[in-house]
Amino acid sequence: MKWDEFFVTGDPLIYGADVSIVLTMVGILFYLTKYKKWKWLWTEWLTTVDHKKLGIMYIVSAVLMLFRGGVDALLMRTQLAIPEAKFLDSQHYNEIFTTHGTIMIIFMAMPFLIGLINVVVPLQIGARDVAYPYLNAVSFWTFFIGAMLFNISFVIGGSPSAGWTSYMPLASNELSPGPGQNYYLWGLQIAGIGTLLTGINFLVTILKMRAPGMTLFRMPMFTWSSLVTMVIIIFAFPILTVALALMSFDRLFGSHFFTLQGEGMDMLWANLFWLWGHPEVYIVILPAFGMFSEIISTFSKKTLFGYKAMIWSMLLIAGYSFMVWVHHFFTMGSGAAVNSVFSITTMAIGIPTGVKIFNWLFTMYRGKIQFTTPMLWSLGFIVNFVIGGVTGVMLAMAAADYQYHNTYFLVSHFHYVLIAGTVFACFAGLIYWYPKMFGYKLNERIGKWVFWLFTIGFNVCFMPQYFLGLDGMPRRVYTYSEESGWGPLNMLSTVGGFMMGIAFLVLVYNMYYSFRFAKRETTGDAWDGRTLEWSTPSAMPPFYNFAKIPEVTGLDHFWRQKQAGKVEKLTAKDIKKIHMPSNSGVPFIMGSFFFILGFGFVFGWMWMAILGGIGVIGTLIYRSFEYDDGYYVSEEEVIETEKISK
Amino acid sequence: MAHVETHDPNTPLEYRSETGRLNILGFWIFLGAEIALFATLFATYMVLTHRIADGPALGELFEVKSLLIQTFLLLTSSFTCGLAVHEMRRHNVKGLMLWMIITLGLGLGFLYFEIQEFLHFIHEGANIGTSAAWSGFFVLVGTHGAHVTFGIFWVTMVLIQVAKRGLTPATSAKVFITSLYWHFLDVVWIFIFTAVYLMGMVMHHG
Repeated sequence: MKWDEFFVTGDPLIYGADVSIVLTMVGILFYLTKYKKWKWLWTEWLTTVDHKKLGIMYIVSAVLMLFRGGVDALLMRTQLAIPEAKFLDSQHYNEIFTTHGTIMIIFMAMPFLIGLINVVVPLQIGARDVAYPYLNAVSFWTFFIGAMLFNISFVIGGSPSAGWTSYMPLASNELSPGPGQNYYLWGLQIAGIGTLLTGINFLVTILKMRAPGMTLFRMPMFTWSSLVTMVIIIFAFPILTVALALMSFDRLFGSHFFTLQGEGMDMLWANLFWLWGHPEVYIVILPAFGMFSEIISTFSKKTLFGYKAMIWSMLLIAGYSFMVWVHHFFTMGSGAAVNSVFSITTMAIGIPTGVKIFNWLFTMYRGKIQFTTPMLWSLGFIVNFVIGGVTGVMLAMAAADYQYHNTYFLVSHFHYVLIAGTVFACFAGLIYWYPKMFGYKLNERIGKWVFWLFTIGFNVCFMPQYFLGLDGMPRRVYTYSEESGWGPLNMLSTVGGFMMGIAFLVLVYNMYYSFRFAKRETTGDAWDGRTLEWSTPSAMPPFYNFAKIPEVTGLDHFWRQKQAGKVEKLTAKDIKKIHMPSNSGVPFIMGSFFFILGFGFVFGWMWMAILGGIGVIGTLIYRSFEYDDGYYVSEEEVIETEKISK
Repeated sequence: MAHVETHDPNTPLEYRSETGRLNILGFWIFLGAEIALFATLFATYMVLTHRIADGPALGELFEVKSLLIQTFLLLTSSFTCGLAVHEMRRHNVKGLMLWMIITLGLGLGFLYFEIQEFLHFIHEGANIGTSAAWSGFFVLVGTHGAHVTFGIFWVTMVLIQVAKRGLTPATSAKVFITSLYWHFLDVVWIFIFTAVYLMGMVMHHG
């Protein structure tokens, strides 16, 4: 391979990106060196095993990926704003279209939610850390490395262009030659390892690390939703692992799983992909449901309505999530009988989801509602998500789906559920738990601007797409003719898209503004909350979370304590020494070897892949032989941290 | 990450530390994920098993002798692995080492015959690129073989640690977890034996 093939060349947009990447790198290196931050970066962040810091790193990465995926979206909307535009050519459009979908699902939505789960769940269950803190760091670094590997495709080697679904034979060597598709395969494969480990880690954490007295049916709803999500991850992600591996074999070693030659079966890929892909949809929506439950309950000043119905409906949704995958390709020849079965299972999912919607409404009924920004996002979610849900039931009818499928109607539907569901939840959760992470709230007035700009922009962007779809505009096209008459609605949609972009910038400005000017919280209970994460005396919990593990007597334990005026005050004799896990640099190093391994496979350089593989195994062996039982935080240190007077 | 030691003398060593208990539970859950992984590979194999293109049918090349030797070696290794854990429960390091080394020997033997068999198939003109059916075969059976290979290295590493440190709650939990892994591979092999080899031969020879 020659150097001019190695780097992506020939497009001014890409050269611009090259320059900005180099400048950013130089800027970061300069800052770290000038202010002597290298040691700080290494000891505080790169080697941390603290679930709160890992959570923050997940969220920061997710916000960066939201920016990247958002820029992709705006480039697409710019191209589609007018008929027969020449802004992007078809290949470039396909690449941006592929990376937008992949990044938003795998590298934005999932890490955003996993980040919030990391920060919040151990606090909500009254634990000092997760079950496997070291493994948690491995999860983060494999996710991060997978994301970086996927993202460099943009400037080195070329991006994948077969869509985020990567249907075969389009994604085969013949139709998608070069390293682009390999980036997809290896970026997702490496990040997927991290996700599976997170699934195991948090399942065990929630099952085994709860504070005394917190039975399963006393857990906060966000913890419940995380538990159910982890179960889905554990059974869904191995399917993705296998599917990606099989396609990698097809591309690298000439096997015939999904190829047209050798009697391979291209539909097998579609089935395996959606066998993972549909549960994946619920992996990104269930934690969102959990967050809305917490927020609506907090700001209605009421216990969540139908707590047990919420749990059972989530378990039902989790079960159904594995039984509906064919509805993603009703039109791809499954036949009437199969389509009917999957039509019915798909519509059935609407029932538990409807139960949840009504429970949220009844939680608010006769509550003292406070219209804070997290609450606004939650209210916006209910309205917009229902629009997405109703159009989902329309699509679920297989016969009718033949009319809508492969049109913008479908595009609009899944953006209404994924944005109004997952993205609204990410924003709501971020704002709600921001004081837990950073010790101050985001500015509420600016926050309301963000909410209205984004929500109006979102509807202006996607509502026209329903009508474009009904008018027959196909999806996955890079341009359309003047005569089609789709120009005006597309222009409107693009305007809405840019409004969402502006809202994102205002959100980032709000982070800066609040960092500078927000009043610092003096207690741990910024929102008059109900669950244990708000019960820490300081705004940001110390690294060991709880000086004394709380004893839980029922649902909304902290709230009921406050109502009864019986919030425990810590005294010096409550304090015992605390066992904590040691930091480790190995997960970061292991991640770096994964990068070498992935990069080698992407370009088919086996020596490099083997080198990376040896490095990964080496770090595993090193860890196995390392007997580190952690350390104890002394009573004096805890007393000092908690500012307990003797 | 609490380090509470329970002091009930009847508790096996590997369950005595909080870390040990958590790790064992976590590994059981990991095996659940492994079941999903192998289930996907089995389903893929089943779908593709008759799609042989111009290549030989699967059952045409399968040989009973090699299959029985492999099966015998791996099933016996699972039994000796169980004996090793039994010796560990009796705090007998020597017995543990002996039976585990026998287990590893049997595992290596299994791998030897499996590799021989693969080479034989390739020699007969069936490799991973011959047809969809053979792709399915090599990746399913090969993934199992790769797990056995990984297991051999893993058990070896753990045995070195036992030799250095003796039986502690930490090392015994590691031995116990590797034994779960080893038994799991045995279970997967029983499914491969049935779904791949037996069915392949029955379908072919009638």
